[in-house]
Amino acid sequence: MSGTPGTSHGFWIGFAVVLAALVVAPLVLPEFWRRFVTEILIWGLLAMSSDLLIGYTGMVSFGHSAFFGLGMYGAAAALLTVRPPNLWLAVVYGLVAAAVVAAFVAYFSTRLRDIYFSITTLVFSQIFYVVIFTWTELTGGENGLSFRQPPFGIPGLVSIAFTPVTLHWFVLGVVTMSYLLLRRITQSPFGMVLQSIRENEPRTRAIGYPVERYKIVAVLLSGLFAGLAGVLYAVQNRFAAPDFVFFIVSGEVVIFNVMGGMGTLVGPVLGAGFFFMLREMFSRYFTQYYLIPVGIIFTLMVMFLPQGLLGFLRRRLNQ
Amino acid sequence: MLAIPFEEFLVQTVNGLVSGMILALVASGLTLIFGIMDVVNFAHGDLLMLGAFVGSGVFLSTNNFWAALLVAVVVIAALGALLQLTTLRPLLGRDPLTTILATFGISLVIQNYALWQWGPSARKISEPIGGQFQLLYLQYPVYRIAIALLSAAIIGALWLFMKYGTYGIWIRATTQDRVMAAAMGIPVPAVHAAVFAIGAGMAAASGVLFAPLVGVTQTIGLDFTLRAFVVVVVGGMGNLGGSILASIFVSLLEAYASLFVSPAQAVIVSFVVLVLTLLFRPTGLFVPTPK
Amino acid sequence: MLALRDVHAHYGKSHVLHGVSIDVGPGEVVGLLGRNGVGKSTTLKTIMNLVRASAGSVTFEGRDIVGLATHRLPSLGLGYVPEDRRVFRLLTVLENLRTGLDRPRMTAERREALLEKVYGHFPVLRERRNQAGGTLSGGEQQMLAIARAMVLEPKIILLDEPTEGLMPRMVGQIRAIIELLHAEGVAILLVEQNVPLTLAVSDRVYIMEKGAVRHEAPAAALRADDAVIHQYLGV
Repeated sequence: MSGTPGTSHGFWIGFAVVLAALVVAPLVLPEFWRRFVTEILIWGLLAMSSDLLIGYTGMVSFGHSAFFGLGMYGAAAALLTVRPPNLWLAVVYGLVAAAVVAAFVAYFSTRLRDIYFSITTLVFSQIFYVVIFTWTELTGGENGLSFRQPPFGIPGLVSIAFTPVTLHWFVLGVVTMSYLLLRRITQSPFGMVLQSIRENEPRTRAIGYPVERYKIVAVLLSGLFAGLAGVLYAVQNRFAAPDFVFFIVSGEVVIFNVMGGMGTLVGPVLGAGFFFMLREMFSRYFTQYYLIPVGIIFTLMVMFLPQGLLGFLRRRLNQ
Repeated sequence: MLAIPFEEFLVQTVNGLVSGMILALVASGLTLIFGIMDVVNFAHGDLLMLGAFVGSGVFLSTNNFWAALLVAVVVIAALGALLQLTTLRPLLGRDPLTTILATFGISLVIQNYALWQWGPSARKISEPIGGQFQLLYLQYPVYRIAIALLSAAIIGALWLFMKYGTYGIWIRATTQDRVMAAAMGIPVPAVHAAVFAIGAGMAAASGVLFAPLVGVTQTIGLDFTLRAFVVVVVGGMGNLGGSILASIFVSLLEAYASLFVSPAQAVIVSFVVLVLTLLFRPTGLFVPTPK
Repeated sequence: MLALRDVHAHYGKSHVLHGVSIDVGPGEVVGLLGRNGVGKSTTLKTIMNLVRASAGSVTFEGRDIVGLATHRLPSLGLGYVPEDRRVFRLLTVLENLRTGLDRPRMTAERREALLEKVYGHFPVLRERRNQAGGTLSGGEQQMLAIARAMVLEPKIILLDEPTEGLMPRMVGQIRAIIELLHAEGVAILLVEQNVPLTLAVSDRVYIMEKGAVRHEAPAAALRADDAVIHQYLGV
């Protein structure tokens, strides 16, 4: 079903078409939509990272905001303390921060399954939220931290400031590479074990796989990619704020997965796009209360479209 | 470490017990629904909040707290039954995780509906029982003690109902063996709807009882939901007695912690308890060791 | 009274019942024999709508009960004692009985009389009435499961392997209970592995093989001639 192994020509053709469209997009789209597409790519990366847990391993994480947020704050730390601001250092700091948090969460929460796992990830993300929110001296508290955008640079060679278009390309490059990496991971023997955990955990354990260790690694990897998304978001928006550690963000990530189609990697990105489209659409009539209709649509999709948009489209195309 | 005067310690003990009883009321609704239907109701805190708003509406027009409490419980219980019938019943037999997702969707809708309907400013319900009494060095509101007692009374009534009432036996039988309960003629679908209604009603009751202390806003449920989740896990999922003990335990710890740190940070104490529980006793603190 | 006509049933993709037809008359004790896995228990579950009949009809007193919710069947007069008994383990013996006793339109006197009646038949249940069902011995749990079905005052009891795993002394007791129910005019559809017991208590016997009924005969005929039994069951 998910993560079809083997590589068909069809896949690479589709991949190239979509990639080409995304490369061209910022050159032809008006300012608002260009920004929109860049953001969807970032949220899409976050959604893909959580799909590794939700769709492939069968662990619904309600705590991805912690990894994403720590990625943001890690980037902020690098950009505020090191002169001149260095993009790559921001990435490294962000990944390290996310990895530390992910290791902590993974160690404890993988002891639990199903709902218990979800609740503990949720609670953990709230711990980090409270810490960040109240530790004003370090994190800026409620106001968060703002900083200047680092230039794109290759040490010793070039250093050029981002324009919205080049930033879009940078984000696209990172997200594409992450996608290919994640796709590789899910199709590797490691990814197969994760899927076998999802299908039947006791059997996987009985065959002799150290299930807990696999789960810990899965959470770690997932946290790293989520942290990377956080770095990108921080670089794009030039701030880190506690709102992004709050569990509402985690909830949105779950929504992306459900809407797009869990266990497909591409689906969650599509889901992120769909969610933001719905938000744009409904904001016109419902202003900031757009989550009323979106929540209803989400609930209906959980009930009647468990495969998500991608599953729905696939079935339609196969008919 | 600073020496804490004994009197402050005593006051915090009373505070901890009071908030522990409210938390226990919130958590027991959650536990009830989980124990019987394997459903983690993500919208529990939102039902609490909605109950508080309904209560404040009734209070505004009648100026009667008890009428507000009663109407809120009945309305939210009915809403709970409706939600169960429309969203959760069709999911019966599907992966239990889908119920989290569905109730999460409901939670989003309720939250934003409340914001849209009532706006962000807080509403006040005045205490039905005024007055203060001398507790050591400070004037302590009588109402806080009254809430604790009322919560205890509601939980006690639930316990008696579950233990001796016919419907209580139906509910427990359904919990243990849904199929056999049906074969005995117990209307299982109705039992499920009723349990959801009871859980929702208890959430509404906690919302209205708590409202005079903090005022009614959309976020009134949020803080409770997370702490209720914590005590439900710490107490052993689905174990009513366990989650009540865990509520009191965690609230006492938080109260003592607030002697040293700000209340916002004291919340972390309950999270630490959760982590330690998971580490050393993942089946829950207040359940007998499984054989 | 109870009539199955050409009933088919599936577990997922596997086809378990291939056209089962069975009749049970009022007050009649009917045995259902067959090796393991031929669909005897599934037949009972299909009657109770715990497994859905994919084709065919099930009627009770002339009324079509296919697709009728399980919880509505006891009020029509069907009692069910499942294989492995399934007493409510955390409920006390009395609470187990109350799941059947506390039903709408039940008067206090009738309730009391019913309770006295089952306590009369099963004195051990009275002794242990405040003990959790899960703490009873296997034989006691079986008695509780039967008593629980009896308080429903059913017209027919579907009895699934009541002697499985019981000591010989207990088997005698179960036989006595079946005979007593028979004498009271309660019909029984008895699924059993114990051939002698089934032949002894039944009026008629069906023999199943591979999800279908292969043979039907009065129990007396099979008692006299065990060739058929030998052919299908190898005993």
